Formats: sequence, C-alpha cells, structure tokens
Amino acid sequence: MPAYLIVEQLLNGLQFGVMLFLSAAGLTLIFGVMGLINLAHGSLYMIGAFAAAAVAGATGSFLLALAASLAAAAAAGVLVEVLVIRRLYDRDHLDQVLATFALILIFSEGTRWIFGSFPLFLDIPAALSGPVTLPGGIQYPLYRLTIIGVGLAIAAGLFLLIARTRIGIRIRAGEADRDMIAALGVDISKLYTLVFALGAALAGLSGALVGAIQSVQVGMGEPVLILAFVVIVIGGIGSIKGALVGSLLVGLTDTFGRILLPVLFGTFMDPAAATSVGAALASMSIYVLMAIVLVLRPTGLYGRA
Amino acid sequence: MKLKSIALAAAMAAIGFGAQAEGLKVGMITTLSGGGAGLGIDVRDGFMLAMKQAGRDDIEVVIEDDQRKPDVAVQLADKMIQSEKVDVLTGIIWSNLAMAVVPAATAQGKFYLSPNAGPSALAGKRCHPNYFNVAWQNDNLHEAAGAYAKEAGYKNSFILAPNYPAGKDALTGYKRTYGGGLAGEVYTKLGQTDYAAEIAQIRASGADSVFFFLPGGMGIAFLKQYADSGVDLPVVGPAFSFDQGILQAVGEAAMGVINTSQWNKDIDNAANKAFVDSFQAEYGRLPSLYASQGFDTANLLISASAKADVADQDAFRAALKAAEFDSVRGDFKFGPNNHPIQNIYVREVIKEGEVYTNKIIGTALTDHADAYAAECKM
Amino acid sequence: MRRETLVNIATLAVLAVVPLWANSVGETYWVTLATKVVILAIAGVGLNLALGLGGLVSFGHAAFFGLGGYAMGILASHLQDYVPLMEWPILFEGSNQMPVIWIVAVISGALAAVLIGALSLRTSGVYFIMITLAFGQMLYYFAISWPAYGGEDGLSIYVRNEFPGLNTLVPIQFYGLSFAVLLVVLLLVWRISLSSFGLALGAARQNAERLQAVGIDPFRIRLTAFVISGAITALAGAMYADLNRFVSPNMFSWQFSGEIMVFIIIGGVGRLFGPVLGAILFILMEHVLGGLSEFWHIYLGLVLLGVVLFARGGLMGLLAGREVAHD
Repeated sequence: MPAYLIVEQLLNGLQFGVMLFLSAAGLTLIFGVMGLINLAHGSLYMIGAFAAAAVAGATGSFLLALAASLAAAAAAGVLVEVLVIRRLYDRDHLDQVLATFALILIFSEGTRWIFGSFPLFLDIPAALSGPVTLPGGIQYPLYRLTIIGVGLAIAAGLFLLIARTRIGIRIRAGEADRDMIAALGVDISKLYTLVFALGAALAGLSGALVGAIQSVQVGMGEPVLILAFVVIVIGGIGSIKGALVGSLLVGLTDTFGRILLPVLFGTFMDPAAATSVGAALASMSIYVLMAIVLVLRPTGLYGRA
Repeated sequence: MKLKSIALAAAMAAIGFGAQAEGLKVGMITTLSGGGAGLGIDVRDGFMLAMKQAGRDDIEVVIEDDQRKPDVAVQLADKMIQSEKVDVLTGIIWSNLAMAVVPAATAQGKFYLSPNAGPSALAGKRCHPNYFNVAWQNDNLHEAAGAYAKEAGYKNSFILAPNYPAGKDALTGYKRTYGGGLAGEVYTKLGQTDYAAEIAQIRASGADSVFFFLPGGMGIAFLKQYADSGVDLPVVGPAFSFDQGILQAVGEAAMGVINTSQWNKDIDNAANKAFVDSFQAEYGRLPSLYASQGFDTANLLISASAKADVADQDAFRAALKAAEFDSVRGDFKFGPNNHPIQNIYVREVIKEGEVYTNKIIGTALTDHADAYAAECKM
Repeated sequence: MRRETLVNIATLAVLAVVPLWANSVGETYWVTLATKVVILAIAGVGLNLALGLGGLVSFGHAAFFGLGGYAMGILASHLQDYVPLMEWPILFEGSNQMPVIWIVAVISGALAAVLIGALSLRTSGVYFIMITLAFGQMLYYFAISWPAYGGEDGLSIYVRNEFPGLNTLVPIQFYGLSFAVLLVVLLLVWRISLSSFGLALGAARQNAERLQAVGIDPFRIRLTAFVISGAITALAGAMYADLNRFVSPNMFSWQFSGEIMVFIIIGGVGRLFGPVLGAILFILMEHVLGGLSEFWHIYLGLVLLGVVLFARGGLMGLLAGREVAHD
C-alpha cells in the first residue's frame, strides 16, 4: 500500500473516531455523570437529524438547520426528563433499560408518523463541500475536516465545563453523592434536567452534522446507540478523555480492520474467500476490541472502579 | 386471570369468526414499519391501486406488517394460512424473509407471487410450481449493470457490496456479464454508514469505474460521500440505490449516475402512462419500481382469477403462467422457472424541475432470463 | 396459600386450557401463538436465573438463543441436504430428532456460557452489560457474514424435526411438548432457587463481599448460574427454530436480547413466573395492538412506559405483591 494511502486511511480512522465521539459525547455526559442508561440516545440523535433536514428543506440554511437540531433535541430531552427519566434515577438499571427502550419505540414510530417512511434530504452546505489539498498532496473532503474540528472543540468544551466551571463542580459532586449536594442547597433536579438537555442537544447536533453526509431515516439512531455505548465503555464511564480515546481507538480499529484483514487473509487464501472471511472478521473487530479491553481493564481505560 | 381468558376469548371470536369471502383471499406480508418501510409501502400502494382500479369485490386482501423480521414473517404466514385461510400470499420485500416463508407456504399448497424478493435458490434448486416471481431474479439488475459496463468499455472496475448473501449475489451477477478486470472487490459491513476508507481505496486503485450495490441508507451515505470526495469515476449500479424514494434523499450527488432497472416511468405504453398518472393522482408522489412491481403483481392475480377459480389449482396455475395482463413493462412472460423473461434498461439520473428521477437511455439486456433456470427441475 | 403461588397455578391453568380450547374450535393459529409464548417464556426463565436471581444483567443472552437455533439449523440442514456434518472420526450426518438437537443445543449453550461468562464476570455493573452485548454482537456479525449456513438469509428447514411418539407438525402436539419442557425448566429453576446454591447466588447479588467473608467464592457461583442460564436459553433457541422451521442471524441480535429482558421486567424480575407472565403479556399486546394502527409501536411503547413507571415489580408485583423472602 502506498504511503499516501496509509496516511489517508489513518486520517479516515481518526475522522471516524471523532465522528463517533461526537455521537457519544452526549451519552457520556448523561451516562457518566448521572449513571443513567439512556437507550433513547439514538432517538435524540435521530430527532436532531430530522429537525435539521426539515429546517434545511424549508429555509435552505445549514446554520439554521443546526440550530434547529440543537433546539429540537434539547426540547425532546427536557420533555423526556421531566416526564419519565426523573422518576428513574433511584431505580435500578433494568427499569431504565425498559423505560428508555419504550421511548425508542415511541420516538421511532412517532417520527415515521410525522415525516413518513422515506428518507429525508439533508446536504452539506456548498461552502464546506468538496475536497481540499492537504500538505503531502492528499485530497481530503473539507466537511470531514470540519467535523474533526467540531468534535475536538466539543471535547475541549466538555472537559472545561466539567473541570473548570461551577456547574461542572456541581455535576461532579452530584455524581459522587447526590444526597449530600441536595442537602447543601443545590437544586439537584434542575441540575439533572440541565445535564440531560445538554446531553440531548449534543446528540441532536451530531445527528445533524453526521446525517448531512449519511442518510436521514427512521432507525438511523440504533447503530449509533450501540457504538456510543461501546466507545464509552472502552474509555471508561464518566471520563470525557476516556470517551475521546475510546472513540479514536474504535475508529482506527474499524477502519484498518476493514482494509487490512482481507489483505491479510489474501496471503494464504484465495481472493474470494479472503475478502469474505476478512470482511466477516472486520465487522466483529470493534466488539473483539471491547472484550479485550474489558478483560484486561474491567472498568475501561480511564474509568473509576 | 379470568379477565385474561375472557379477553382472549373475545379476541379469538373477533378474529376467527369473521366473514369468509367467497372469491379469492390474498395475504400480503410486507414491511410497513421501521427503516425499510418505504419499499413495502410502495409495493402495497401499487398493489392496492390496481385492486381499486379493477373494482373486484370478490378479491379480499389482508395486509400485515412483518417489521423486517424473519420470525414475525413466518408467524404471519402461519396466521394467514391457518386462521385467515388465504389462497395466495404475496408482499415480501427481503430475500431472507422470503426464504423463511415461501418454501413452507408453497409446500402447504398456497400460491406465492413475489413482488420483489428474487433469491437464487427459489429460481433454481428450490423452485416450485406455485411460486411466481413478478419482479426479477436478484441477479438480473446486476447482470444488466455488468453488460452496460462491458458495452461502455470499462476495463477496470472497482466493485463493492455489503457482506451478506444479496451483496455477494450482486457482485457475482455483475462479474457474470462484465468480463473486464477488477481494480478491487470489497465487502462492506452490513449497515455501515461511513465509506471514507473504501473511497480512499477506490481513489488509490486506478479504477476506471465503480459498481456498487448498497441498498437503503447505506447507498445514500455512500453516494453523498463519494460525490464529496472529489473522486470522479463513473458510477453504475442497480436501481435499488436509485429508486424514486431514495433519490430525493440523495439529491445532487446522484446526478448522472447510471443505473439498471426493468421499469421506468417513461417506458412508452398505454398501461404505464395510465399507471404513472393514476399513482401520482392517488398518492401525490411518483411511483418507484417497487410500486410498479406491486401493480403488476395485482394485475397478474386479477387476470388469473378472471380465467380460473383458485380452488382449481391446476387451472389457476396455468392462468398465472399464461400471464395475460397489461404489464406496465410492456409484454410480460414467464420463463420455465416462473421468473420473468424481460428487458433490463439502462437509466440515468436526471432532474425534472424540482424532482430527481430517472430517464431511460438504453437497453442493457433484451429478453433476459436468469442464470438459475437450468437448475430448476419443474 | 401465598398469592404468588395462586397466580402461578392460574397461569399454568390458562396456558393449559386456552390452547386446548382453541384447538377444539379449530383456531390452530392461537395454538401456534401460545407455543411461541411458551418458548419465549423458557428463554426468559433462563435469563431470569442469571438476571433476577443472580443480578447479572446480561444484554447478550441472544448469543445463547442464537446458538441453540443454529444447533438445530446446522444439524437439520445437513440431514436435509444429504451432506454429512463430519466424516471423521465418526460419520455424523446431522439429525432431525428433537431430543438429539436439544441436547446439542444445551451443550453448546453451556460451553459458550463458560467461555463468555469466564471473561465477562471479571467485570460488573454496566461494563458487564456491555461486554455481554459485545459477545452477542460478535456472534451476530459472524453469522451474517459466514456464508456456509445461509448468512443473513438464514436456514430453512422444510419439515419440522421429529420427536419420538409425537407428530410435531400438529400444532397442539408440538404445543404440548413445549409446555412440558416449560414445566421441567420451571421445576429446575424453582429447585435451584430453594437450594443452598440458590441462596448463595442471591447472597452474591445482594452483597458479594459478605459472601466472600463466609468463605464462598462469588465468581464460581455466578459462573455456574450463568452457564445454567445460557443452557436453558439455548434450549429455547432450538425450540424457537423448530417452531418457525427457520433460523437466522436475527436470533443473535441485541434487539432480541433486549426483548427477552423486556418480558422479564414487565412480568416481574426475579419471580419464578415473571418471564411467563411477561411473555404472555408482550405477545398478546403485539398481536392485539398490531391491529389497531400502522403505528402500533407507539402504543406498545406507551404501555411499556406505564408498566415501568406505575407497576414496579411488573405484572407479578401487581398481582401478588412484593416478593416474600421466606415463609
């Protein structure tokens, strides 16, 4: 494989990882901070994408579409938190699983009821389309570079939020000991609603950004849900840094697995079987990675025990 | 617990003792919910439009949603055969669901008319006199793409499809008629949405053309990313990634792409014109190839039921085989294995006003049969 | 008699009487539906041993369900196609006898559970949930892409496998067989829960350190429970494949793992008949609500939400109150 291809694939792996982080960032906040298993995260991602597609279709402005995705997902998040999630903090994980699983059903079919069964159109803005030439002569789509930028900015922002702001202190305190912080006078329910809304908004934003170069259709959130959990668990629950590192690891493993495994098997198998077996193993690769990480580090790379 | 049994009894009474129609009863099992629902809805709408236009009160259609799950499809088929007592089954979109349902249904003496799925097993080794495929055999559209590629002079294609049986059949079908060299053959993960790595491989491979089969959201994602990447090689594929429902979601990225299909809205015959106009009037959207397949399936059924009573299986079977109906594709005939022998056209994606659609630019295969007919021992 | 025991007996009565009545009036579809309920209940009872009694929230139990299903598919398809499964060291042509297939399914499920359990039980909490999910997903993608046994198309078995003394194609006979298996499984799990092993398992769920202080290794207890649980779920998988005469990678999907969990939760976690009630309720809802509207998933979701928010302890909790620790 020529050197420039390896570099391009490296960039692709990193870009995929950052895209995963973008999708998982909201979940790491909700899950890591509030300890809530939110299976509806994929649905919030989908709501953001649909809102963006609807607004972009009506106004033609990508920025307005992004704003709409943030607003719609945050609104859905607040609604869900106040009506349902609020009652589940004290309950065990199983009840949270069932309740958020029910929410997936409601949101999916609800979206199909409102928008119909055909995929929607959402496109990247003309200003960000097309490739740019990177040093070394590699042609790389500008939009993907933008996504990398946005993802890293969000990572930095979240990190600063948690580590450096007053709200961040309260969030961390609430995660450590909820009753104590309530006793100290912090309105814990408002805090949690805020965190949930923020997590939802991030999910919606990533739905819009990623949906612009993928497809916007009902059910788009389910694969994202699983991958987001994989990423967070590999990185360790509660750690933003862990989520970022986990995403990059998963992105690189998946990308290079897809490319290299068929080649590897091609060295001692005939091409047809090699592509088949290689592709089969490549699709399992991130789960194998997660299993290995958890066996070696049962609480993830940066998770607390 | 008593309440439960009373409720159960009431439910049973309601379902089981409903009025049994005299004429023909059709069970349609198709996908009406979830991500792939667009195809099932199109098939259903096309089918029901034909039913409405024929005005046959003695044909009763029962429609159920299989949710794209094979076990649900099997159970719905059981319900339709055992409880609803249908005579004919139809509707399944996906090959894996078809493989689960069709062999058992035909073995129980029911007719099955496929408006979409055309797995090779049912065209070859496991063909059955009661099974008729009104759409195509899965490989057909891919073979047409290969034939077009050969005629267009492509010598070094990069081909990709998801790593599952339909994907493998797609690449096999393309290679069967293409005959040129392959710059790369890649199987992607089923449900994969990010194709940056594959596009980078295409760019580096020195290919002169790209063939892909990526149904549904996978294809939308690939086309958008491909258009954005700056790789400018000609793209060819089967209609499954370029049907009317998908095109609106892809937009500009699909412009100019060549795809193959047995039907397009500009096929020039009276039945097709009437179909396109009435479909648009009834449902407010242009029909896709899936809708045309549903429409043809219904008309085939109607034509057979006009000639023979379904209770006389041999006569009904012969009536189906004769296929004397006005297909929107023009002349329609079945091959010896009950799969269509038909033309497959080459289409190009164009924009008509605000709407993206397809235009026929040529014929890839004429009177084409499928490659598995010889294996069918009917 | 305790209320829970009354509910249990009533449930068994309904499961015995209703299909017989349906069969006598010719509504064989409802017999088939009842068979589906019973088989899924068996899967749920298996998972409930690990999840309810052991506190091990496995999101990958579909792995065992699928393994059982494919045990059936592989054995039966080899016989169906006249291709021997193996020729050395002994000639084995596959099988279409349910007892043989079920034994193979149980053993495969148990072996897989030993492997998966040994690796997964090193983690706990959400990490355990995710690593079990990971193993389920691995098997799912493997089954889709491995061409030999149908891939995503799955395997169709045209004639239902045989059981000595019965005609399994007759719905009521197959139902009777499945019901008998459910009874055996329920008996087994009941005896386990009353035994000292069961007590230790419950103790491990509540406070593992205390258990260790008493000298019992929670890991061994949990692993044993996980293996038995996996074996039971695998049996259910083989029976489900028998019911549908079809097996596909869908049986490995995480959505399916989630569905089994949903039965248990709405029926009552940790209660012996919880999965049975849950399966009855869920399947009934699916079929009744399905007739209401094209968007019936919304109603299903609302009902499930209602159960979580207002019926803690599931249906069993509603009917029989909280669990009684001991008489």
